[in-house]
Amino acid sequence: MDDQLHRSLGLTDDELAKIVEILGRDPNHLELAMYSVMWSEHCSYKSSRIHLKRLPTEGKNVLVGPGENAGVIDVGDGIAIALRIESHNHPSYIEPYQGAATGVGGIIRDIFTMGARPIAIMDPLRFGPLEDARSRWVAEGVVSGISGYGNSVGVPNVGGEIVFDETYKGNPLVNVLCVGILPKERLVLGQASGIGNLAVLLGSTTGRDGIGGVSVLASAGFGDEEEDAEKRPSVQVGDPFEEKRLIEACLELLDEGLVVGIQDLGGAGLACAASETASRGGVGMDFNVSAVPQREAGMQPFEIMTSESQERMLAIVEPENLEQVFAICNKWEIRSSVVGKVTPSGALRIVDDFDGEVLGEVPAASLHEDAPLYERPISEPDDMDTAITDQATTLPGPEKIEDDLFDLLMSPQWATSQYDSQLFLNTVVGPGSNAAVLRLKHPTSGEDTGRGMALTTDGNHRWCAINPRIGSAMTVAESVLNLACVGAVPQALVNCLNYCSHN
Amino acid sequence: MNQNIGVVVFPGSNCEKDAMEALADLGATPLLLWHADSDLQGVDAVVIPGGFAHGDYLRPGAIARFSPAMEAIIDFAHNGGPVLGICNGFQVLTEAGLLPGALQKNSGLKFLCKEVELQVESTDSVLTNMTSKGQTLRIPINHFEGNFTCTDETLIELQSQDQIILTYTENPNGSMANIAGICNTTRNVVGLMPHPERACHTLLGSTDGRILLESFIQGAHAAV
Repeated sequence: MDDQLHRSLGLTDDELAKIVEILGRDPNHLELAMYSVMWSEHCSYKSSRIHLKRLPTEGKNVLVGPGENAGVIDVGDGIAIALRIESHNHPSYIEPYQGAATGVGGIIRDIFTMGARPIAIMDPLRFGPLEDARSRWVAEGVVSGISGYGNSVGVPNVGGEIVFDETYKGNPLVNVLCVGILPKERLVLGQASGIGNLAVLLGSTTGRDGIGGVSVLASAGFGDEEEDAEKRPSVQVGDPFEEKRLIEACLELLDEGLVVGIQDLGGAGLACAASETASRGGVGMDFNVSAVPQREAGMQPFEIMTSESQERMLAIVEPENLEQVFAICNKWEIRSSVVGKVTPSGALRIVDDFDGEVLGEVPAASLHEDAPLYERPISEPDDMDTAITDQATTLPGPEKIEDDLFDLLMSPQWATSQYDSQLFLNTVVGPGSNAAVLRLKHPTSGEDTGRGMALTTDGNHRWCAINPRIGSAMTVAESVLNLACVGAVPQALVNCLNYCSHN
Repeated sequence: MNQNIGVVVFPGSNCEKDAMEALADLGATPLLLWHADSDLQGVDAVVIPGGFAHGDYLRPGAIARFSPAMEAIIDFAHNGGPVLGICNGFQVLTEAGLLPGALQKNSGLKFLCKEVELQVESTDSVLTNMTSKGQTLRIPINHFEGNFTCTDETLIELQSQDQIILTYTENPNGSMANIAGICNTTRNVVGLMPHPERACHTLLGSTDGRILLESFIQGAHAAV
């Protein structure tokens, strides 16, 4: 095979050697494409997992910790809360509106995948200075993307942060937190089980958008304007109306007890969803690539398996429930197609029709569990000495203190007034405060528990740049204090750590 | 006063539960009506809630107006049944021809979610019959296409027939004549861009929406 192919897909020579060892042969193009997206930093956390493992993840209220689509905690009265925060930084720099919009869409899917109804979004945003034309274009586009998608899909945006700083010129941060509520008994995990069960693909057709998004865009650097423009097709395009119907259909399927496992399709698309559900369930899957509804003709199997087309879910269904699943999908006008069968083998086999040609075959678990783990060398930044010797007493004073004071004044309202912050009649304290406060109502009966739920996001790049350990600790402390300010007791923490590429 | 009030759900609607919660708090019995079903189940009144029916694709309300439920609602309205369109519901009612005019993009070309002050211009409608003329109400708006427009002739008709029921005291979206809500000539069909259901609970900042929904529930009672 082409000995440069693996490199152009973002795999190293050592990683290719490991794939050959796992398979006992050279991978074909399709298999290589699946490893390349699944072993990207975005999907495998190969450079960060070693550090993330040190985080505390257990507690008496924790129902689901890291490793699933979202964390879930028990909040009493039979109610559980699902929460997750994620970034969509690089796509938002290349194509601000769609980058931010699909970031919202992706995190919402992570929440309803767990059986929770998404009830709130928060957006911590970091942009370059508004004096810079491109930063202004990014900021305007990101805010309208969040507004356009979030309002239409029907999840209120109750707070967040906006910071402008030179650091983010050319590298904005677009993070999004989503919170959902569920009756505890509706909790569902993203795993396949039951030999002979069917994998049903729900939602949008699969197109060529977002192919290699995780390996081309995520965690990569940027070049000149022309190169950036070439990457634009790697950004997916969102359809909030499709997602809204998908939410309603999936929650109805779960309420009716018609699915045994469900997984959203995000980074690495079907390759990820099929291998993760099979691997978590300790089973294999035959995946019929020709049964996937396609947006355009002539798509190659590797394109179908790695496409990041939005608004798709993979549900694991017992064959006897299939007709009912189709009926609910028809009611909500979403596509549903049987694309996979759960097998006892442990292998993910990509086939052209269930009894047709085998196009690729890899151990399902190897796509993520066998991803390499790296302990990258650690060193202090070169300019650390000068950075920490700055003393307030030795820095030059302001030339005109009035100007500096006016510079500090900023209203985030131009952004927050573009977001529906009130839907579901929960928002007691909305955007612009220490923490948002929402009424806690039972997710199915709607009964008011009389209790509230508080949410905050915090970050401080200056603290963390000077002293990562103390800076992070102070950031956690700040978020706890923000919750205390509205009278809440902290229950759970999720994080979204935005670092530059390890290279 | 246990009125059955139907709340229509289109794919893409999102304020239906909120409308039901507010109506139930005020003593009515709300029930969901599915867009594909032409049976209104004998309800005493109909609410078309906010949201993005059919994704607002083509134009807000442009696809929803063809739903089987809408055909039934048009008959219901022509027979004097009370119909209230909130936000996207207002857009659906103008597309369906039950109310005159149209809602175009806000003059600022941005989505706007904020509390605004409304003034009651007419108490002669199924939504405002318990209010007093000149009364001000604080109620949130939440829309991109809330800028009411119509022909000069239609505006003169609306004014001469007292069909403008609510106006903004400070125009947030460029609406012609500061219009926030209107009714039809028989006063039983009303549409407004602000969300009264979001102003029914002290914890949510305002309870000024209650008097409007109470009027509507009362109107449903009178129409039976």
